[in-house]
Amino acid sequence: MSRNAQTFEADEEAYGDPEPVLRFDNVSMRYGRAPEVLRDLSFSLEPGSFHFVTGASGAGKSSLLKLIYLAHRPSRGLITLFGRDLATAPRRDLPFLRRRIGVVFQEFRLLEHLSAFDNVALPLRLAGRKLRAYQGDVAELMAWVGLGGRMHAMPATLSGGEKQRLAIARAVVGRPDLLLADEPTGNVDDEMAARILRLFMELNRVGTTVVIATHDRAMVEEAQMPVLHLDNGRLSVFEPEAR
Amino acid sequence: MTDAPAHRRPGPLLPPGQASDAGLVFVVAVLCFFACLTALAVGSADRAARGWRTDLQGSATVLVRPKGEETADAAAARAAETLAGVRGVDEAAALERARAEALLRPWLGSGDLPDDLPIPRLVTVELTRNSPAGAAELDKALKAAGIDATVDDHSLWVRDIVRAGLWARGAAIAVFVLMAGAAAAVIAFATRAGLESRREAIEVLHIAGAEDRYIAGLFQIRFGRMAAAAGLFAAAAAAMIGAAARILGGGAGLTPVLPVAWTDLLLLLPCPLIAAAVAALAARSAALGLLKSMT
Repeated sequence: MSRNAQTFEADEEAYGDPEPVLRFDNVSMRYGRAPEVLRDLSFSLEPGSFHFVTGASGAGKSSLLKLIYLAHRPSRGLITLFGRDLATAPRRDLPFLRRRIGVVFQEFRLLEHLSAFDNVALPLRLAGRKLRAYQGDVAELMAWVGLGGRMHAMPATLSGGEKQRLAIARAVVGRPDLLLADEPTGNVDDEMAARILRLFMELNRVGTTVVIATHDRAMVEEAQMPVLHLDNGRLSVFEPEAR
Repeated sequence: MTDAPAHRRPGPLLPPGQASDAGLVFVVAVLCFFACLTALAVGSADRAARGWRTDLQGSATVLVRPKGEETADAAAARAAETLAGVRGVDEAAALERARAEALLRPWLGSGDLPDDLPIPRLVTVELTRNSPAGAAELDKALKAAGIDATVDDHSLWVRDIVRAGLWARGAAIAVFVLMAGAAAAVIAFATRAGLESRREAIEVLHIAGAEDRYIAGLFQIRFGRMAAAAGLFAAAAAAMIGAAARILGGGAGLTPVLPVAWTDLLLLLPCPLIAAAVAALAARSAALGLLKSMT
């Protein structure tokens, strides 16, 4: 059974749920003058929830994530992030909202001029933390994702899988309130994919809201979490028991 | 095995400079160099003008016309004696006929002049430096002594020199502002180019939570340092030229219009700071402008 977004919201209001981490109200998006790639999306993410975003290639998964991590503005509709209406939030406030979001990009987007260690530490540096305060956490996390021996390596010397793990480490190092991942297991083997999923679920268990865009059916099945399915720019929400 | 990160220093957040940055340093250095030369020239010209003005204001010339049976020499001598007694006059001396003729030589030629040719007689007056007598006081004293004379206190020349000095200073300031504007435009252009070429990295910084002013600050520091280095090179080069002019020309400089003094070289000291400040402001404002166009 699929539920539309309006029903989903009505449930929230009926049960008096806490303020959602993210809320979309009739949001549409287009690139330039092209047709809309996302149409009238309305949904919300509760604190501590875990969702997959699925859909065929070109369905708008990455575009949806871009809207959430504030890389694009909607062409229509309202987005509320951490209780802030993004249409009225001043530009100077956006960095502080972004610091609460961790993003794993499909194409990694590592800074090629920085070492693996510095790439992972980037969100902490930007948040104003000193090297002495974060180096232990970064080293530990890098060891956990299997990059303990590659701290001083430059991204260009890393394999695709290593880059993927580096990008994930960078996204989670700041313990974000909202974690977005675009095909996070696309370049790793099954064992590492399972470890990455466990990491995401562990973060989710301690309160991080997680959204993963993926084609990996096995990961979706294993996690048994709700799915936001995009088809031709429109969104449907599937609860795990409904699949 | 895990690498020990304890000794590490975080790498620069902006991707390293590009080959075009060297060209930028050169352009800014050239602009700073010309600004430094302008400053040196203005300092020297200003001192020359001040010297001339002091010389002119410290003296006066009196043209004496003999009356009645009195000879020109006697009238000039009497005028000199009268003027020497005026308060604010240090010394007054009648110019001898030979010197007066020498002054007329460019117009009358070097041949012997007839004895009866009425050569105007001049009295040169050295005025007291701190409280010089004015033209009116000299004129009054001469009239009181019954001497027909015209006093020239050089005020016409002084006005011209002051005006010329003001024009030179104004022109120098205009040149300096143009140089600074050109440097700022070049830096702003380079900042925009730098932002565009590093757009990918800037977007990552943005998404990771960097504020616009933080990213602009990175460009501000980079271009500020670059311009400071360019300003330092330019000031050093201009100082070498100034020193060469001082050594070759001595205190009078290479021309009387530009008497270089060692203290003039102090004018070059702020160059790196001014270059850095102009570049930093230009880079910051260009970066902030462009960042606003990014989401």
